[in-house]
Amino acid sequence: MRLLVNKVVLFLSTLSAVIGLVFLFWILITLTIKGLSSINFYIFTHDLVNNGLRNLLIGQFVLALIAVVIGVPIGMIAGIYLQEYSFGNKYAEFIRNLSDVMMSAPSIVIGTFVYAIIVNPIGHQSGWAGAIALAIMMIPIVVRTTDDMLGLVPKELREAGVAIGAPKYKVIIDIIIKAAKVGIMTGILLAFARIVGETAPLLFTSGNSEYFTLNLNEVFPSLTVAIYNLATMPDANLVKIAWAGAFILTLFVLIVNLLGRYIIKDKK
Amino acid sequence: MEALFKKVSALSATLILFLLTGIFVVLFIYAKPAIKEYGLHFLVDPRWGVEVSQNQNSVNNTANTSNQVATLQDSPQIVDSDTIDSDDDAIDTDNDLAADEDSDIAVNDDDIAAATTDTDIGSSTSNIKVVYGGLIPIVGTVLSTILAMAFAVPIAMGIAVFLSEIAPPFISKPVGIAIELLAAIPSIIYGMWGLFYFGPLISSIFGGGSVSLLVAGMVLAVMIIPFMASLTRDSMNTTPNVLKESAYAMGATKFEVIKDVIFPYAKKGIIGSMILALGRALGETMAVAFVIGGVFNFPHKLTDPTVSIPVVLANNFAESSGMSLHALFYLALILFVISFMVISFAKFYFLRDKE
Amino acid sequence: MKKLILGALVAVSSFAYTINGTGASFPYPVYKQWIKSYYDQTGNRVNYTPTGSGTGIKEVALRHVDFGGSDKPLPPKVLKKAKLYQFPTLVGGIALSYNIPGVDNLKLSEAAIEGIVLGSIVYWDNPLIVKYNKNAKLPHKKIIFVHRSDKSGTTFNFTYYLSKMSSIWRRHYGARKLINWPTDAQGRGIAGKGNFGVSAAIKTNEYSIGYVDYADAKKNSLKMATIENKGHFVTPTPKNFAIGAAYAGFDAKKDFYKIIAYPKKGYPIIAATFILVPKEKVNKDKEVTAFFDYAYKNDAVASKLGYIPLPASVKAQVRKYWEEKGISPSK
Repeated sequence: MRLLVNKVVLFLSTLSAVIGLVFLFWILITLTIKGLSSINFYIFTHDLVNNGLRNLLIGQFVLALIAVVIGVPIGMIAGIYLQEYSFGNKYAEFIRNLSDVMMSAPSIVIGTFVYAIIVNPIGHQSGWAGAIALAIMMIPIVVRTTDDMLGLVPKELREAGVAIGAPKYKVIIDIIIKAAKVGIMTGILLAFARIVGETAPLLFTSGNSEYFTLNLNEVFPSLTVAIYNLATMPDANLVKIAWAGAFILTLFVLIVNLLGRYIIKDKK
Repeated sequence: MEALFKKVSALSATLILFLLTGIFVVLFIYAKPAIKEYGLHFLVDPRWGVEVSQNQNSVNNTANTSNQVATLQDSPQIVDSDTIDSDDDAIDTDNDLAADEDSDIAVNDDDIAAATTDTDIGSSTSNIKVVYGGLIPIVGTVLSTILAMAFAVPIAMGIAVFLSEIAPPFISKPVGIAIELLAAIPSIIYGMWGLFYFGPLISSIFGGGSVSLLVAGMVLAVMIIPFMASLTRDSMNTTPNVLKESAYAMGATKFEVIKDVIFPYAKKGIIGSMILALGRALGETMAVAFVIGGVFNFPHKLTDPTVSIPVVLANNFAESSGMSLHALFYLALILFVISFMVISFAKFYFLRDKE
Repeated sequence: MKKLILGALVAVSSFAYTINGTGASFPYPVYKQWIKSYYDQTGNRVNYTPTGSGTGIKEVALRHVDFGGSDKPLPPKVLKKAKLYQFPTLVGGIALSYNIPGVDNLKLSEAAIEGIVLGSIVYWDNPLIVKYNKNAKLPHKKIIFVHRSDKSGTTFNFTYYLSKMSSIWRRHYGARKLINWPTDAQGRGIAGKGNFGVSAAIKTNEYSIGYVDYADAKKNSLKMATIENKGHFVTPTPKNFAIGAAYAGFDAKKDFYKIIAYPKKGYPIIAATFILVPKEKVNKDKEVTAFFDYAYKNDAVASKLGYIPLPASVKAQVRKYWEEKGISPSK
């Protein structure tokens, strides 16, 4: 009997994996077919003004990089604080809840918030505002995953570290994080993937630029805003660019994903 | 050094607190005029953008027929031809449509508010008050999220179990990365895929339109599966081998090991992943906007179109100003409160026996 | 080639400027083409973020951008208060697209349209529709009315047309960017996000009809109804849109505040899109007008995409308006 239940459950779980994969491949294949057909050398060497993607790819990369540089450390350190330094503390619990709630904020809300505190005072859109909006979106994901993954590290490991006389911060950095690093990296990669597909936070903060620029104080190009604008246009050429952009975006995340996993592996 | 590290981490956490409070405060400030205007009745009012007459004594046509406006616009009864015919009899003596006699056409004044950044305009300039109520998007949000979780949780758990316990490494690695890729696809692509491919498929199986609550729930489910699956898999993988092995040694089947050893051990991470997924489902904007149907009505069956809070935001935000904008922020505030309540409850209920 | 060198020289000579705008997404495909050729020609940069007319008005009023785009013009009083100038750039047609298997060349009288939008005509074989479509096999199927789910300038212009064409509609609904359509309450309504969503909905739902801008209808090969305009039936073609636009009645003294739906002749459901600039930023305004002046001279590209260039008389009016306000492009 138990063996039967076992077989059934394992079958069901394999089935769900298959279902998940079916959807995944359906979307990816759609994306690949539509995207691949519009990819050529041209879009990599021309900017949006000439119906190319170059400035958008670079711009998106820059924004995402800044968002990661700002968001991941803040998120990780806060996660460490919540798990290691304030266990059971009411204050920590409150921050945890707020952070989770922030996760559900529609991206429009985040965009509006950044618009209110940055774009409005400065008086115009800017790349900085966009990057900060993305960072804010990353933080709750990184916080929660760091918090949880650290929490899953067995007590014994912590106690062992303390037993040999190491100060708490060293225990955290050298032992605990190492143990949880796979999970934490997953969290970071998921957060990164999330912001890389977001439009609304950028639409009102960094806007749309047709040209190549690295000046973050002005309207700044981003792939997601362009995809959003172009995908539903009645101009077939623009739609093709949108799909090509979406395809490249997904590929980009794949590469970052592989890189991230590789980096962790290496440090072993 | 230790003290420094501790202080820095506390600072980081406090920064987050400021951010979140800041967002909440900004939302509240922008929502305040709507809160003052509609109060708690906003939560149960199914009308959106319906004009009602405040002043019963007004003699112009608009006021006379405004009661009919309210009835016509939110009455669920069928507007049969009899009603229309009787209106024809009561035709007003407006002169015919001369080219520049445009001033009698009721034109929404929101954009005037936009231009003059006068946030109170609209209600004060005429006897016509516009009513906004959030009941339908609130219901839509709750329903679409429940649907999404109902679909996503079993599948995501199944995938995680598959990746963590069943599949050999040469399968689980690429499949795992592939699942994570799903999280990267821009939500507008999900929206378009849902609109053109998935929606019609669902409607051919279950009936109803190609855009509906059901389609939205399922597309949402696909979007949140990667979060749950990846993080659950990672949490499951943290279970010390010694625990698993001793269970196997006692003759437990794989399923029993998963059920009684791994899941309890990894519970925190699993629940955490569900909360992340829940958050995404509650707040997803663009994809749902394309496939939920956008009709401001209650869904009487699963295959009916409706709206959710993020959808109303997505559809109206860029074009709104004045009181309609404040009403949108009121909705966003309500979403915050809903998600706070749901998440707190989920955590309380599931993580009760936390050490 | 010469143009390219000249453009590069101009750009390098650092007289090249950048102007930023935001607003209506309706004209973006055309603006994008104009931006490209203008950049090739002069090296000057123009950025336009399509967010929506409401945002366009908001942002230019707050002086966050150099110009704002809106499908809904502002009345002179408001422009004065906000200290903005306004002028039109393009005209577009709004088609009534339908999906009835086996039926092409649908003709709709004003009475038929009125009945469909008000919900009093429920089935396709209603006498009011059959009257002008004797040869078509109109089935006894319920009419599914497709409309916008999001707030939209297209909806505004369409309902403005309805308000002028039908006194019943005018009394009960007026012209708004977002409407609670009567057909929704009857369970016969579908909403789509953007012109894109409406086109997709019409395409995938048989026996549906909806209002969608001409460029999108054309791109998606949707069938478009021939519509009555005060006794004559007019096909939705660029030529007929242009005839309608000629009767627009723009008045420079009123800052071109005119919603051009339901003109005396031509196709009746047409709409214009406008640009707003801040009064006091004279130098920036000159740069903006320089761009649109160039655009006016090169708007053949608009027709290719399904939009209608302004009639020459209107362009002349606009240029005079610029001169009067002191924002004509610097020579």
